[in-house]
Amino acid sequence: MNVPDDLLYTKSHEWIRREGDNIRVGITDHAQAELTDVVFVELPKVGANVEAKTPVAVVESVKAASDIYAPVKGTVVEANNALTNNPALINSDPFGEGWIFALKIDNADDLKNLQSAAAYKDQIKS
Amino acid sequence: MSSAAEKKTPLYQEHVRLGARMVPFGGWLMPVQYTSIVDEHLTVRNAVGMFDISHMGQFIVLGNGARDWLNAMLTNNVAKLDVGQGQYTFLLNDNAGVIDDLILYRIGEAEFLLVVNASKIEEDFASLETHRQDADATVLKNRSADFGGVAIQGPRVVDLFHALLGPDVELPGRNYIRDFAIAEMPVSIARTGYTGEDGVEVFFRASDAAKFWNLVLERGARFGVKPCGLGARDTLRLEMCYPLNGSDLSADHNPIEAGLGFFVDLEKPNFTGREKLLETKANSARERLIAFKMNGKGPPPRPHYSLLNNGTRVGEISSGTLSPSLNIGIGMGYVSSASAKIGTPLEVEIRGQKFPATIEKKPLYKKQS
Repeated sequence: MNVPDDLLYTKSHEWIRREGDNIRVGITDHAQAELTDVVFVELPKVGANVEAKTPVAVVESVKAASDIYAPVKGTVVEANNALTNNPALINSDPFGEGWIFALKIDNADDLKNLQSAAAYKDQIKS
Repeated sequence: MSSAAEKKTPLYQEHVRLGARMVPFGGWLMPVQYTSIVDEHLTVRNAVGMFDISHMGQFIVLGNGARDWLNAMLTNNVAKLDVGQGQYTFLLNDNAGVIDDLILYRIGEAEFLLVVNASKIEEDFASLETHRQDADATVLKNRSADFGGVAIQGPRVVDLFHALLGPDVELPGRNYIRDFAIAEMPVSIARTGYTGEDGVEVFFRASDAAKFWNLVLERGARFGVKPCGLGARDTLRLEMCYPLNGSDLSADHNPIEAGLGFFVDLEKPNFTGREKLLETKANSARERLIAFKMNGKGPPPRPHYSLLNNGTRVGEISSGTLSPSLNIGIGMGYVSSASAKIGTPLEVEIRGQKFPATIEKKPLYKKQS
């Protein structure tokens, strides 16, 4: 399972890429493999203020709907509209074209609460 | 995810070896998928897939009183069965609520096989046993632990069985069952299924399960056979509007409300639930199980979402999914009879938003010829 070293991770299987004052968020390769066949994504509204660990998006597979959480407090600055027509991008390119939203973060220190690639690899080892 | 409480079928090790994701279902640990639900679904529509159905129960009923007893317990007319023929039927409670939907095969002059849902084995057995008439003339045996079973479904099924049985051997006709020997294993093959495709359900000794399973995968490889899980089984049956007991069927609704009156013979003088069904028929059903399709793209409909008509709640979804064949949300649900006509516009409430849908004729999927 692919776990890029340059990203941060949540316990709930989101990845976080730092882009200056913003972060880009998606779900991990492990998460997409568990869900399989993503058929619908409900995106957050650009401009919404979100709290850490609150659900902001929904990824639905054939079988189930899964909440996607904001990793830290911030404001939604982008949502990946490409997922509306092609939700399977989450399966085919989870760390690239399958990104879900971008946040302008309130406080960069909040990122310290997230885990490293090594820690996430440990988490998904079964 | 596994726990000591769930039983394992004789094919459990094969599922694990194939990398299936195992989930609890009806008291059993079953494969929900091996690769992907969509892929397995399309394999059954376009080639052939194999499902473990060893969790399902098998009862044998024997004796001179067997036919009349079963006819008084089940809704369909047992007297119509030839030897070797099967029928879909219901076991009801006194209130005509569904205990189980099952297939009854007449496998001898006075011998019957009942194939029942996994989660209902104990309840069905108790209900039958309680009402057993003339104990000397009938025997009821629960043989569920002795048999394994698979469903092999899809347009290439006949080719696959010619490879297993020889090119001249004919499979039984639709709804018939017959005994065969495959690689020295005694098997019963029924031309039945739960997918809408041509297919069979095969029962064999539990001890032969792994051998039979692997033989089919090996000989079926050139026809594109793949193991398929409960996930695809559910999307396939829902496209056909076949009910799932516990979701679309329950003690709260009778078969007429479920739109399955075809499998109820009210001409029979007596069977459990008959009076209540006659009442439903006379007063017309309070609710109906309808099938619907979403009008456009959106989140997949799921069980328990509310169904609305002109803004008023008229019922809720019993089964819902994204149809892999039609690539649109589909489902079934009970709605009040006044809002149950084909073509009626509905709205599905999903996370506080309303999405338009339309009541459609069953089945929702029709095979292109």
